Amino acid sequence: MTVPSAIGLSRDEMAERVALDIPDGSYVNLGIGIPELVAAHVPEGREFIYHTENGLLGMGPAPEDAGDPELINAGKRRVTAVAGASFFHHADSFVMIRGGHIDLCVLGALQVAQNGDLANWSTGEPGAIPAVGGAMDLVAGVETIFVVTQHTTRNGEPKLVESCTYPLTGPGVVDRIYTNLAVIDVTPDGFRLAELSPGVDFEYVQERTGAQLLPMSRMSSAVV
Amino acid sequence: MIDKRVSSVEEAVADIFDGATVMVGGFGEAGSPIELLHALIDQGATDLTVVNNNTGSGEVGLAALIRAGRVSKMICSYPRTLNSTVFPELYQSGRTALDLVPQGTLAERIRAGGAGIPAFYTATSVGTPLEVGKERREIGGRDYVLEYALTADFALIKAKVADYHGNLIFNKTARNYSPVMATAADATIVQASEVVPPGGIDPECVVTPGIFVDRIVIVAEPALESTLVAQGASYP
Repeated sequence: MTVPSAIGLSRDEMAERVALDIPDGSYVNLGIGIPELVAAHVPEGREFIYHTENGLLGMGPAPEDAGDPELINAGKRRVTAVAGASFFHHADSFVMIRGGHIDLCVLGALQVAQNGDLANWSTGEPGAIPAVGGAMDLVAGVETIFVVTQHTTRNGEPKLVESCTYPLTGPGVVDRIYTNLAVIDVTPDGFRLAELSPGVDFEYVQERTGAQLLPMSRMSSAVV
Repeated sequence: MIDKRVSSVEEAVADIFDGATVMVGGFGEAGSPIELLHALIDQGATDLTVVNNNTGSGEVGLAALIRAGRVSKMICSYPRTLNSTVFPELYQSGRTALDLVPQGTLAERIRAGGAGIPAFYTATSVGTPLEVGKERREIGGRDYVLEYALTADFALIKAKVADYHGNLIFNKTARNYSPVMATAADATIVQASEVVPPGGIDPECVVTPGIFVDRIVIVAEPALESTLVAQGASYP
């Protein structure tokens, strides 16, 4: 995984950082991609219960054997069920989501705007096959939404922006963003830096962010 | 005496008519009733509206039905999946329409259809492109959109065990949409790996009560989509 030119955290380190902020006993839904890696980094002494919207609470890791093709996650990959797991149908699964029973959701992003708008389902390209899955239900129904994403696109374009140019998944839904460079809170005043990755400074992150970045709260008096 | 067994998948799908709306259980390959879908291809009904989370993969099961030109419209939440090539081609050439529905809204529309609830409000899709054309209403200080119930003429479902009355249990995450689809269709057709006499399923463990099921056919060793796709299989 180690790329010599990589600056900041690896995908695994980003997932590990997210897991540190998940309270013990949380019911958590993990999106596809880097969010899936969070499950491998549960901090010592904590227990999370993972929900997958296709009907399983208590999702465990990928099976060591071939597994069961009818025991899969939302990304349609084979998983296991932990002791104490339960299966349920789709309407009940989204009762858990829409009814506010899932505590926290970790999602990937195409773009996040400074007001918390999230775009993560479509680039809106003409002719593309639109596919939404459960993303809109998750952001509308789950109280705390964490986004974990690379800070910029492969081409270096900012993913944290003033306003999303891609179609929205939900307006004003993101609470906190974890990137390879920083942890950033979405506040009523916009993006506020919460933490810098090792070897990265404020200016470096600001240059790669498409909106104004407010300095860390405890630094702000010193800066002023 | 109540006995909902039929003798073959052919008999089970014989009355599905042109223009019917057909709900198909399954999320990816988990719960996909492949043998019923193949029987429907053989049966020939066309101009179908199909409700499923996805659009199948490879050239078997649901993807084969679409490839055979029998589906004029898909109602689904995620038409792109691994090995899903049939639907994207037909969609892009304008030969199959798509009604894209957020996954939880799709499940609840089906649940509402089965429950006799004509419509409901949900916050899902508010402020997004999928809100367009929907009635918006503020309730308790939050905005919601009106979503209408979804019903069907037929539901095709895969279960693990059925009894003669139609009581069902499922295999793990193969359950997904099937219990709600069973409630929302005029005729619910079930393929089960095992069929037992009444009493063969503990009433405490029944997932779908038999009242929601109309026909049962045994398919003892159902094919798996991933196995067929890996073999490069194509139906018919």
